Amino acid sequence: MHKEKDLLRLVTAGSIDDGKSTLIGRLLYESKGIYKDQLTSIEDIAKKKGEKEIDLSLLVDGLKSEREQGITIDVAYRYFSTQKRKFIIADSPGHVQYTRNMVTAASTADLAVIIIDARKGVLEQTKRHSFIATLLDIPHILVLVNKMDLVGYSEDVYEKIKEDYLQFASRLPTHDIQIKPISALRGDMVVKKGNNMNWYDGRTFLHYLESVNIVSDRNLIDFRFPVQTVIRPNLDFRGYAGRIESGVIKVGDDIAVLPSGKKSRIKSIETYDRKLDKAFTPQSVVLTLENHIDISRGDMLIRQRNVPEIRDELEAEVCWMAEEPMEEGGEYLIKHTTNTVPVILKELRYKIDINTLHREEKKELGLNDIGRVIIKAQKPIFFDPYVRNHKTGSFIIIDELTNATVGAGIIWYPSATLPETENSQ
Amino acid sequence: MENGYKLSYLDNLESESIHVMREVFAEFEKPVLLYSIGKDSSVLLRLAQKAFYPGKIPFPLMHIDTSYKFVEMIDFRDKIPAKENVNLIVHKNDKYIKKRMHPSKFGMDKCCKFLKTKSLLDGLSSGGFDAALGGARREEERSRAKERIFSFRDQFGAWDPKNQRPELWSIYNARINPNESVRIFPLSNWTELDIWHYIKKENIEIVPLYFAKKRKIIRRDGLILLADQFNSPKEGEEVEEAMVRFRTLGCSPCSGAVESEADTLDKIIEEVMIAMNSERENRAIDYETDGSMEEKKKQGYF
Repeated sequence: MHKEKDLLRLVTAGSIDDGKSTLIGRLLYESKGIYKDQLTSIEDIAKKKGEKEIDLSLLVDGLKSEREQGITIDVAYRYFSTQKRKFIIADSPGHVQYTRNMVTAASTADLAVIIIDARKGVLEQTKRHSFIATLLDIPHILVLVNKMDLVGYSEDVYEKIKEDYLQFASRLPTHDIQIKPISALRGDMVVKKGNNMNWYDGRTFLHYLESVNIVSDRNLIDFRFPVQTVIRPNLDFRGYAGRIESGVIKVGDDIAVLPSGKKSRIKSIETYDRKLDKAFTPQSVVLTLENHIDISRGDMLIRQRNVPEIRDELEAEVCWMAEEPMEEGGEYLIKHTTNTVPVILKELRYKIDINTLHREEKKELGLNDIGRVIIKAQKPIFFDPYVRNHKTGSFIIIDELTNATVGAGIIWYPSATLPETENSQ
Repeated sequence: MENGYKLSYLDNLESESIHVMREVFAEFEKPVLLYSIGKDSSVLLRLAQKAFYPGKIPFPLMHIDTSYKFVEMIDFRDKIPAKENVNLIVHKNDKYIKKRMHPSKFGMDKCCKFLKTKSLLDGLSSGGFDAALGGARREEERSRAKERIFSFRDQFGAWDPKNQRPELWSIYNARINPNESVRIFPLSNWTELDIWHYIKKENIEIVPLYFAKKRKIIRRDGLILLADQFNSPKEGEEVEEAMVRFRTLGCSPCSGAVESEADTLDKIIEEVMIAMNSERENRAIDYETDGSMEEKKKQGYF
């Protein structure tokens, strides 16, 4: 049944002219993610420009100003589905604002697809994209060596690129990395295997997309329930509305409330459809408790024996997204789960050169820079390290004056408690 | 054991939309749900009921009535407040309706601008609304593919595609200055097919025009228009009867029907699955100029 399908979110990243648009175009076309009238409208544009072949990138470049300039300036979201899954593609442009866009697109992805032109091999961009994918802790990385048709479907060329890439990737935190040779233009190994690369015995791209295991990527261990709002239709009912950001909860389970530390027990799990005995991430539910405790938005329900970090100082990898550089010692707001908290960005410890992965001593974090920042919050926040829990380990930085989102943060372990086993699955 | 904790993609989308709606209620002073009477609005309404259950929807609905909506839409709309226990505001731009604004007389762009965009902006400001929830989906049109779930608008209601706030994870920046507002699209990640599957799963009532039926129609410039009080045959045209349905609903003079035998939800779903054209194929407004939806949104259109 269609509705029993699950959902896979992927981010695609590539460099200029590596065939990413052709690949997405083919996927959309072969899975009916693109319609005839949309195709006709880009055919018209090709005719107007006097070009013979239609440019599939026009499907992806949604804005008029993008089409005029022939560049992609923002992340585009695309949808398609097959018999097995529904897919959401966050397509990140390769050249302009690449860091800001890729971090944005990667933040919700289960899988990163990184494209390499077989004629060019591993480029700086390939390294950048891979670094960002691992920084954002995307569970799966798929590297596609595209345009194999232009190198005579040579196994040697593919093996050399594979070796180069894996050598570079060995410096990144371990992830599930897969590499495949394809030709998006000719269709080899995209949806069908084709006969040109019989030396390769792996799955096709689409088969991989349909079968990569994403259920086990979720954190079903740490129950975290940030309260979004309180539902009080009458004097007899008081429920806490929110989304289970990680973990599982059952009626009768003991819970504690942060920051008060007060304890209670789950009385019921309410939804419009029915009362539930148990609920799990990422369900949106309303929880009621055995006894009345003062709870409001920004509080978090947890299990009594599984408590997140509670600190007013934390260390994070910050990606800066505003023209005006980060001000060291400056006051900002962060939004973390359902809390908005004033903070001071106390110290920029270092900046990361995302081409070499080297740390640089620098006193400024500018647009598209990534660096390690020590943050002092006005009140304690409840978090888990990002690698353990994406939902409670991430935040955005807001400029209180302009209201702009100026940065995104990934919470690292407080240095004193960094366990040795993390990052080495 | 993991299999016991698997969420289907529709449940996943539903949970995301509910989360978005609750953020809106919690973060804004005065939200409103823009109710267009169409299938997406029907889904949006059900999701809002779910988000605040067992409470009522804590904000009003608003319909921008251009005075050219299909009669069946208005009948359907007028039953909503009693049936769904919601507060529904109907806003009309009387000034321009009295001036007999019509697409054939003033052009589609101008008609849309005054009866929809301007009327919407007036409706929002007269109600003092700082957040407007709408049923637009990214899949619908290419400029929408780039829009955020929380779409910031300046004091003129205008969208600046080059200056959008980055939107990461599911953390939404809802901060605005006085007179600014945000449009919120909880259905951003839904497709037309998802909407139909959800309508079936949830048994949601929709305007009967979505179902194929023998109707009186006029064929004009490649569009199939309903022969109703708004559309009468011009010279050389004639009213004929055909089995048609609407994939999207808007104003009668600008919304075309498609020939179809799909008179049940199952048949509609089957039809959508094998459709060769997008659902907006018969919405004249998207095709007037290259990037016309984008231009409208910059002026404050949904």
